[in-house]
Amino acid sequence: MHELSIAMSIIDMVEEEAATRGYARIQAVHLRLGLLCGVVKDALLSSYEMACASTPLEGSSLLIEEVPVEVFCSKCNARKQVASIQWIACPACGTPTPEVVHGRELEVVALEIKE
Amino acid sequence: MSAEPRLVEVRKNVLKQNDLIARGLRERFRQAGVFVVSLVSSPGSGKTAFLEKILTLLHARCRVAALVGDLATENDAERLARSKARVRQITTGTVCHLEAAMIQKALDDWDLTQLDFLFVENVGNLVCPSSYDLGENLRFVLLSVTEGEDKPLKYPAIFDSADVAIITKMDLAEAVEFNEQAANTNIQAVRPGMHVLKVSSKTGQGMDEFLDFLETQRNRSRAAIAV
Repeated sequence: MHELSIAMSIIDMVEEEAATRGYARIQAVHLRLGLLCGVVKDALLSSYEMACASTPLEGSSLLIEEVPVEVFCSKCNARKQVASIQWIACPACGTPTPEVVHGRELEVVALEIKE
Repeated sequence: MSAEPRLVEVRKNVLKQNDLIARGLRERFRQAGVFVVSLVSSPGSGKTAFLEKILTLLHARCRVAALVGDLATENDAERLARSKARVRQITTGTVCHLEAAMIQKALDDWDLTQLDFLFVENVGNLVCPSSYDLGENLRFVLLSVTEGEDKPLKYPAIFDSADVAIITKMDLAEAVEFNEQAANTNIQAVRPGMHVLKVSSKTGQGMDEFLDFLETQRNRSRAAIAV
């Protein structure tokens, strides 16, 4: 259960960002979460709520956009979304495709600021 | 003063802090000329037995050391110290994985130029270590024959984060009717092209091949640096 560590990293980063840019209050944090990260969305949401308590981020919400796994298929010469993370292969031609283009993201993309 | 919240773009990796430290470590390893390998697996898959075997075999011919992560106890470090290699335990308390900062702290007073290989044994866990770069050259994921051939399908993220898969406890393969082909198929499904090695720490099966592989990888990494 490393979601608590991840939640705390999010909070640290957002607080630092808020301090350097002078944001008064953060209302929401937008996060992109790749399906290959091994981070469970629901566990992260509850960890975030817990970890926010007694911090300037208390009461803020975490909005998670899950990023599907996209690979580059050299045979089709195109980017394709895999059908399941248990089968990292081109869904069109079935070629196993080690080149993962998306799905490993774990990034804060935006903040909602209350001024 | 507006009532509506304002949306500002950020775009920052959540584990930026860990990645920065890992990058620093990788550079330190490169400059010292030490090749760093980490081991991840579920608890009980034979990481420590495998590492003990590696350290014992390598200690005779080159300079090796290990860091070993556990939630509690110094048991693994004591066990590994029998190999005569330098070993340091990292106890993480309640943290279920190693982070780059823990490696940095553990190596603070080490002269890495005195080492050829450094092994890092992660906390036994197939989920949490996957997100954390430790600055290692190679990450090995271990899968024992007693665990079931579908482990890769259950934990795709850890296989995705690793470079090489090692099937351990091969001496028990027949007794537990281990289906090697199924295991291989599952590994390739979640990590196409992944190199797979088979070992038994008990009988020594596959150890020569493993050490040759390690040596090749180290030479390749040195050649890449020289270019």
